[in-house]
Amino acid sequence: MDLDALGSCLAMPACVVTQTTSGLIVGMLLFLVAAGVTLIFGVLKIINFAHGTFYMLGGYVAYSVLGATDSYALAVVSGALATALGGVVFERALISRVYGSNVLMQLLICYAVVLIFDDLVKMVWGPEFHAMGMPSAFQVPPLFIAGGVVPPFYAVLVGIAALIAIVLALGLSMTRFGKTVRAAAINPQMVSALGINTTVLFAIVFAIGGGLAGLAGALAAPVRSLSSGMGFSILIESFIVTVIGGMGSIAGALVASLMIGMVRGFGTIGFPGFTDGLIYILMIAVLLLRPQGLFGRTL
Amino acid sequence: MPGPDGKTSGLVLHYEGRDDWAPRVDPHLAQALDAKLAEQAAAHSAIKIEPRLLDQYVGRYGNAQVEITAASDGGQLSGLVTRRTLLAGSAASLLAAPWVARAQANTLRIGMQSILSGPIALLGTSSRNALTIEQDRINATGGFLGRPIEFVFRDSKGQPQEAARVARELVNSTGCELLVDAEASSASFAVQEVVRDLGVACIHTNSETSSLTADPKIRAPTAFRVARQGVHDAVAGSLYLAEYAKAKKLDKWATCSPDYAYGRDTTAQYLQFFKKFKPDVEVIAEAWPKLGQPDFTEVITKLLQAKPQALFSLLYAGDLSAFVNQGNVYALFSQMTVATPNVDYPVMAAIKNLPAGIQSATRYLDTFPNTPANKEWGQAYLKKWNERPTNWSWQNTVAMQFYEAAIKKANSLDAKTLAAALIGLKINTPFGFDGTITMRDDHTTIGYAIGWGQTTPKEPFIVDVKAADWGQIIELETEWKQQHNYI
Repeated sequence: MDLDALGSCLAMPACVVTQTTSGLIVGMLLFLVAAGVTLIFGVLKIINFAHGTFYMLGGYVAYSVLGATDSYALAVVSGALATALGGVVFERALISRVYGSNVLMQLLICYAVVLIFDDLVKMVWGPEFHAMGMPSAFQVPPLFIAGGVVPPFYAVLVGIAALIAIVLALGLSMTRFGKTVRAAAINPQMVSALGINTTVLFAIVFAIGGGLAGLAGALAAPVRSLSSGMGFSILIESFIVTVIGGMGSIAGALVASLMIGMVRGFGTIGFPGFTDGLIYILMIAVLLLRPQGLFGRTL
Repeated sequence: MPGPDGKTSGLVLHYEGRDDWAPRVDPHLAQALDAKLAEQAAAHSAIKIEPRLLDQYVGRYGNAQVEITAASDGGQLSGLVTRRTLLAGSAASLLAAPWVARAQANTLRIGMQSILSGPIALLGTSSRNALTIEQDRINATGGFLGRPIEFVFRDSKGQPQEAARVARELVNSTGCELLVDAEASSASFAVQEVVRDLGVACIHTNSETSSLTADPKIRAPTAFRVARQGVHDAVAGSLYLAEYAKAKKLDKWATCSPDYAYGRDTTAQYLQFFKKFKPDVEVIAEAWPKLGQPDFTEVITKLLQAKPQALFSLLYAGDLSAFVNQGNVYALFSQMTVATPNVDYPVMAAIKNLPAGIQSATRYLDTFPNTPANKEWGQAYLKKWNERPTNWSWQNTVAMQFYEAAIKKANSLDAKTLAAALIGLKINTPFGFDGTITMRDDHTTIGYAIGWGQTTPKEPFIVDVKAADWGQIIELETEWKQQHNYI
């Protein structure tokens, strides 16, 4: 524990800016993945353990598209679209068969998908790790704000993720489709009875969830290494986000992701070697004081 | 019990929990048998037989004198011959006098096991690539003692129990007469015990953990290491970095290494030597990211806040690549000198924007030692496999060069004879700092190329390489061994 370092960091604008940026980038990319987990759970009551696979595939597809076209924008869009499509196929072909069945059965299917795709990635892209490399547009020196370091690339990523958070929030609360999704989350039988095609609705929810995870993987590909099995660590953190924020709550996912980002950003200064522990302590505290999560409905 | 001539009359064989009495074979009979076998081996040449045909012979046969158990395994028929005999003063007992008759008796099989699948499969595949090249080379020059060699590659996934099982199987069932243990450290210690038990000749090619051969309690009589030894690298790296730090006046350092045994122990070992050579060095920040952590941002910003003059890191492979890419975003490499022993060809190939000026060791570099032989080998490997060799590739190549030289010198494949021939053996090889590498009497190699230089984004990737001084390395290694009561 190094509380002096944390104190002096908080007293310095430069340190606050740098660590906040670092917390934001970690938090916002995590949000994109966790939003899908929480959305799918909220509407379908499926704990999607295969969600990390979409994150991984998004990264790999973007890597290949960038290699072929040299356009980062195209790479990111293809990564997101490919995994959105993958989400639909995954839901229609596998998950739709186990709605309402034992959670162990759902877990088994998701885990099988994780293993199969980890191996497929090895067969297609090889067992070695890959690095996409920074697109040339972003090969620029970092900005300095109040003495703190803000890399332009990260500013853009945070901006995109924030935009998506806003679109998701507005879409769910203002549009007819959003209202249907929320209604389906509360009472799917009633929604179905009202003549709404829930089959299409569920597929779209999986498309959004898969697409967001793929988007996160594609956006992060220039700075993170691509390897088979990379979806696993981000999946664990997504579940922590879902527990803290409340199962099924997009706002909760955003707040919890940012909390985890900030705990990482500032925890590494004040509690080096115990940053991960802090995240779990946060989770335990939420579970004790508010078991349904910060924004969750009472169970 | 002593026989009539005063010599031990036999041995009790412990086998699968049973004790079997094995009396000494009559020397005349043994000689006659050996001669007969040699005669047969020379007269026969390898032919391919349908496994289906071999399977017809599987079963047990016997008469009053002997019992024969025939088994088929992977296109080979093996027979266990057991003689039924009546020993003076004891009841009828089974005497195991097995030998294995093989359809392809002339080919010399060499067992190789490694990690051939999973995230660090490169360790095994780049070892296998190098050994395949060696197999072709050696067979083109007549094999070992006139017998063509053939590798049997097995995947242990790096798990110690599996490694031990595979090693035993390679010798006992597959009939391998030599072993190349290309495991990483964790599994190599398990293989070491199997080798000690079986008494087979074995060369460890990828385990860098010093105690495997340095600790006399762990060293095995017929097992050798042809690879870097951790303590050599730590001394060489610390010496180089201390010199560099003195010249550039770098007193404030930070460390950033993976949070498990390798990262923590090896960082401590480097720092111990480093502080010895440059006592005024101060470590002002430490970061311990998890192995495979996707995002290093908070680690990087923390290092930036601490404002060290230099950073020492043991991150490797995908983690090192991610760290460099994320560090680039924060212009980390322009704000501090970064030093790591782990920039190798796979990392250089994966990182698109390798920053210039990282101080790095040469794990394998085809421009160090800067000789035509080294360059030629590196380019031939690249041409054959369409990827550059790794540190593990040269180590496995040298292992085969040692086997080749030792077998020539001993004119035998017997493990003990080979071990005697290997000790003190000095061979000519492109990977030595002066064109030679020596097998020291503690069963580990010395004199291999260790150099440190700085990175450059384009080929040859590491330039201004300074060779380490082996005199100093051995002097400090000896001190280190004394501290650990190894000598």
